[in-house]
Amino acid sequence: MRKIPARAVVDQVAAMCVAANRRLPPDVHRAFLRAQAQETPMGREAFRQLLDNAALSAELGLPLCQDCGMAVFFVEMGEDVRVDGMGLRQAINEGMVKGYREGFLRKSTCDPFTRINRGDNSPAVIHFDIVPGDTLRIVMTAEGASADNASRVAMLAPHSDLDAVRDFAVRCVAEVCHGVCAPVSLGLGIGGSFELAALNAKKALLRPIDNIHPDPAMAQLEETLCEAVNRLGTGPLGLGGNTTCLGVKVLAAPCHRDALPLAVYIQCHCARRVEVVL
Amino acid sequence: MRTRALSTPLSAEDAAGLRAGDVLYLTGTLYTAREEAHQRLLDDLDAGLPEPFPLEGAVIYYVGPSPMTQHRPIGAAGPSSASRMDPYAPRLHQLGVRASIGKGRRLPLMRAALMEHGGVYLGATGGAGALLSLCIRQVRLAAYPELGPEAVYALDVAEFPLVVLQDCHGADMHVAPNLEAALSG
Repeated sequence: MRKIPARAVVDQVAAMCVAANRRLPPDVHRAFLRAQAQETPMGREAFRQLLDNAALSAELGLPLCQDCGMAVFFVEMGEDVRVDGMGLRQAINEGMVKGYREGFLRKSTCDPFTRINRGDNSPAVIHFDIVPGDTLRIVMTAEGASADNASRVAMLAPHSDLDAVRDFAVRCVAEVCHGVCAPVSLGLGIGGSFELAALNAKKALLRPIDNIHPDPAMAQLEETLCEAVNRLGTGPLGLGGNTTCLGVKVLAAPCHRDALPLAVYIQCHCARRVEVVL
Repeated sequence: MRTRALSTPLSAEDAAGLRAGDVLYLTGTLYTAREEAHQRLLDDLDAGLPEPFPLEGAVIYYVGPSPMTQHRPIGAAGPSSASRMDPYAPRLHQLGVRASIGKGRRLPLMRAALMEHGGVYLGATGGAGALLSLCIRQVRLAAYPELGPEAVYALDVAEFPLVVLQDCHGADMHVAPNLEAALSG
């Protein structure tokens, strides 16, 4: 059994929170550059500002966006590894609180009814998976309110085809394209159960934008859906243009024969995420 | 794409000369406010208290910045979703406020309010909090310190980059989604 000191987890998680909020993921940066080349003058100006924003954020140590989000963690824990010194959940929470404090990141979590801010962005939202092996893989995403607010879960009719999936996703984007920070990335959770679909929609977006799905049918769906969303024509910031969507990622799972859950996660352009393997 | 440069406070003539789609570089003072500050301001004015800052020609910035760092007057400072302020904004325009800065589309009632009072709705780039922060030179507390991060701050800005999203002539820069094109093929 391999041992990892909890202190190492705390420090890594703190650094991840700061890095995710200050560094545009490289695949998103590449996607901005590709999209900028085929934009209208207004669209090109929007991408110029977003690229300048990323450069300044990294250089000055300011967050990319003032909404530093809820801290969401996807953890894959090897069966042959243990964390020594405190519980893994506690270590991740301590690291997150430290990162948000030391990185001058905005703390946004509050009581759902009194709306009183908790002051330290706690608790982290943590999803654990047990996997074979002796490593600990942690992916952190910062989820802003606009992205979470725009996203939807639906229970489609059980025999719906891929066109029905595409229609629902396109209509979701059409509904919110003037409120989210477009160009968006779309994560689709198809199948599973009601809650698994939502989780998979977020998980799907952990794949880089330029990563092609290994299943040709899913790769095809990702491509045609991205093209369909871009035909909406609302573009960067909803002011018109060719890039409403930077990319679509799908994660499908078996479901009950009498159901077809579908979740659409509408991620803002910065798609903040960072990964470490311990 | 026309480009304009203006200073605050914005006059009625300034606003009347702006058209949806214009790029605007704004210099002067912006007042920050989100829901709580709007509620408090209108409650105080209803109670007969004086204006906490000059409303005539004022520009309100819907922003909840990240904490300031050691070497900067403010953290990242990009726009909040503007529609959250729509229950309050028409009355502020009636009281002299000339413009607001936010992101996203607003409720239909804002079109009438802007036309009636000669106001404009300005968009800053959503998510460009670090870039916009650099245009903010100084930050002063203007009102309601008890609201903490939601208090009203006066931001001295230089050439703050904006797009006129809605003008006082009824035009809106947002492009309607073309569902027919998206769902065909």
